[in-house]
Amino acid sequence: MSDNSHSAGLAYRSRYLLLLLIPVWLLLYKNLQWLTDKFVFDILDLPANKHLTEAVRFFIFEVPKVLMLLTLIIFFVGIIRTYFSPERTRKALEGKSLFTGNVMAASLGIVTPFCSCSAIPLFLGFIESGIPLGVTFSFLIAAPMINEVAIVLLFGLFGWKTALIYVVTGLFIAITAGWVIGRLHLEKWVEPWVYELKAGDHPEDEKLTFGKRIKLGFEAVKEIVGKVWIYVMIGIAVGAGVHGYVPQDFMASFMGKSAWYSVPLSVLIGIPLYSNAAGIIPIVSALIEKGAALGTSLAFMMSVIGLSLPEMIILRKVLKLPLIFTFIGVVGTGIIIVGFLFNYIF
Amino acid sequence: MEIKILGTGCSNCKNLEKATREAVAELNLDANVVKEEDIVKIMGYGVMRTPALVVDEKVLMYGRVPSVKEIKEMLSK
Repeated sequence: MSDNSHSAGLAYRSRYLLLLLIPVWLLLYKNLQWLTDKFVFDILDLPANKHLTEAVRFFIFEVPKVLMLLTLIIFFVGIIRTYFSPERTRKALEGKSLFTGNVMAASLGIVTPFCSCSAIPLFLGFIESGIPLGVTFSFLIAAPMINEVAIVLLFGLFGWKTALIYVVTGLFIAITAGWVIGRLHLEKWVEPWVYELKAGDHPEDEKLTFGKRIKLGFEAVKEIVGKVWIYVMIGIAVGAGVHGYVPQDFMASFMGKSAWYSVPLSVLIGIPLYSNAAGIIPIVSALIEKGAALGTSLAFMMSVIGLSLPEMIILRKVLKLPLIFTFIGVVGTGIIIVGFLFNYIF
Repeated sequence: MEIKILGTGCSNCKNLEKATREAVAELNLDANVVKEEDIVKIMGYGVMRTPALVVDEKVLMYGRVPSVKEIKEMLSK
């Protein structure tokens, strides 16, 4: 009894804390540009229209802006995610036909909590309960590529249109690539022990009160922002350097529209590179400003975030090499098509 | 008391092991804490998200790293 009243008290306290934080957040966010200018021109007393001033101003404005957006969004996404779990996603996917299954798996991939270190148990759990290989892949492609960190950074540095384009094209790639892999019937390239595995009954879900969900939202902020803030800083610092010092249109010759080969080349370079969205997106945003084409940049981002060497090494435990190469090939082709498409449209 | 930490060696699994050992020490429990890294055995517990905390073969929690305080509450029940 005393235990219950204690946790209830905690929940109310966190809700009050929350109410206080939101107006403070809004006030700060609204006045960030003014505060930055005050700091750069009045306190640091830097001369206007100099490269260094521009770089410093960019850094001092963008870092708090992105971190504030991340904190707010991850908090809410953290709460929403307590209503989703791989176990529930699996249940929702059971017995779905191929195409419907792919669409659902890719969409659920966005909201289901996922960490690449859990990729193997998740893969095994899906396959073991009879979810088709292609549907499982749709989930495995969407989950790391489309996540709240990427969406916040795209929204903060590019605007909502680019963020939306990224989500929609990412979903398209996850759905079609998963569908293609399903149609190719590649079960023979999954390690045989996977299909012999017998998983135990799933343990009961933890019962969560709303107060507990809020607490988990705070924990998500602590964990994710605590991990990515350094990448955000480095990414924006590099971005600030590019912003202030690299001449306009510098990137146009090799990442611009006229260089058709830049799309496949960016994807090829992006596959082995591994960075999370927080590190790569600020750099790409600076590249676009200097003349890199949107499609090429989008393709580069997607291949860096969505396909990575460490993930392939983890997946090697359950997939034979030909399937890993097929996976990279199909997803890479999808990304290249998206890159060309956007270079053509914009 | 037999406590198992299920996980394939990611950083969260190590954090959970550390927190659990702390909780056991603070509660002065007579418990044996072992790590289970074999994926086939982990799947036998029906867990899809690591790390997981198993006490006397019963899964108490999975998919996150609770605080030492929370683990102490779980272990005292």
